[in-house]
Amino acid sequence: MMSSSGDELLGGGAEPVVSIDHLRVVRGEIPAIHDLSVQIARGTITGLLGPSGCGKTTLMRSIVGTQIITGGSVTVLGHPAGSAQLRRRVGYMPQDPTIYDDLRVVDNVRYFASLYGMDASAADAAIDTVGLRDHRTAICSNLSGGQRTRASLACALVCHPEVLVLDEPTVGLDPVLRADLWEQFNALAEGGTTLLLSSHVMDEADHCGDLLLLREGHLVAHTTPTQLREDTGCRSLEEAFLSIIRRSTERRAG
Amino acid sequence: MILLVPVLIITLMYFMFQNVPTRPGAPSGFNTACLILLGLFPLFVMFVITAITMQRERASGTLERILTTPLRRLDLLAAYGSAFSIAAAVQATVACTVAFWLLGFTTAGDPVWVFVIAIVNAVLGVGLGLLCSAFARTEFQAVQFIPLVMVPQLLLAGIIVPRAAMPEWLRWISDVMPASYALEALQQVGAHAELTNTAVRDIVVVIGCAIVALALAAATLRRRTP
Repeated sequence: MMSSSGDELLGGGAEPVVSIDHLRVVRGEIPAIHDLSVQIARGTITGLLGPSGCGKTTLMRSIVGTQIITGGSVTVLGHPAGSAQLRRRVGYMPQDPTIYDDLRVVDNVRYFASLYGMDASAADAAIDTVGLRDHRTAICSNLSGGQRTRASLACALVCHPEVLVLDEPTVGLDPVLRADLWEQFNALAEGGTTLLLSSHVMDEADHCGDLLLLREGHLVAHTTPTQLREDTGCRSLEEAFLSIIRRSTERRAG
Repeated sequence: MILLVPVLIITLMYFMFQNVPTRPGAPSGFNTACLILLGLFPLFVMFVITAITMQRERASGTLERILTTPLRRLDLLAAYGSAFSIAAAVQATVACTVAFWLLGFTTAGDPVWVFVIAIVNAVLGVGLGLLCSAFARTEFQAVQFIPLVMVPQLLLAGIIVPRAAMPEWLRWISDVMPASYALEALQQVGAHAELTNTAVRDIVVVIGCAIVALALAAATLRRRTP
């Protein structure tokens, strides 16, 4: 297990924003997450990385409070995950763009804004943030995949949450848009928002301050991009991750 | 569309029954059919629309997402109930206006009660639709609830064969179906000038069933899923 950079950030004695303790989740017959413990500090951008099916979405749903948990605890901002006090403070963007296809972009974002008690101007600001101003009146079923992802992201951003849980927010986006979004994410983090986002593209890891590497429901490493490169001696983060997987497979076998 | 369809069907029935002779002393065939349609069409239509809409919300993930917001489950049910009730009210207004003024539909009782019963039936349809949507995993399955839940209930309520003429075991089953009371209330309004106790009892029963259906539907809205 790699050194936890989270400890360095928590050195000031600050309360962790997300505290996960021996989390176990079984979905159907399959254990999706095995005994996972991790702490996430405020104002960080944490990348949740790993191959498909490793438990990223399950972990995110556990933090947001929509996942039935088999064991352990998840505490967000001092409250159990999913409690009523957290609903305005935690923003969630699911993996599939969960927006209403029959409605226009602006209607969708305004709907979510009203659910959070925000007004139409907050909705417009969120649409501008994701760069969909030109498409505000387009019907969502007519949008491209990347545009729908951005519309879904706007719905999550509209309530200005303290914690943002984003499941694969940059999938299907071209490099220019991705760079734009990462600028926004950095600005949000500087403003105190804690971001947790997932990806299975390892290169995204460079933008994150903190990395959680998952594989088959196990937390393989909790580290930073620089630390990861040093420990594995690889330049590319993809190779670094593969190297860790190989090491952990050997350790299990040996 | 939901505004025009009942009007078109009622008009169609008007022409269907035009040449059918009426037994003296009995209401015309059109009158009986129109009464049933005005009252039960909202139940049927709202059931279908609500079941499919809610099933889409469940399947597409928007329901899960909405439940991560401060929205309370009762708010969601109240929103569905009131939105579809308003739609039913508009639909009933249009249909009743056409039936009473243009097509010569008459009731012994006050037309307002036909309107009220239509709205109450719509709320019942919403409750049953929300409840049934929990048991359908796809829109295809949701649609199959129509012949499974709606049609037997409507048949047993007595739209073709009166309940009194049915075998006893069928009558017992129809006694526990809300649509039976909905139809009986309508027939009471159609036959009596004053609002009878039976009609009032029936309306209360339908409202009660609607509340029970909505409460059960609330239980199927889960924030946490496996």
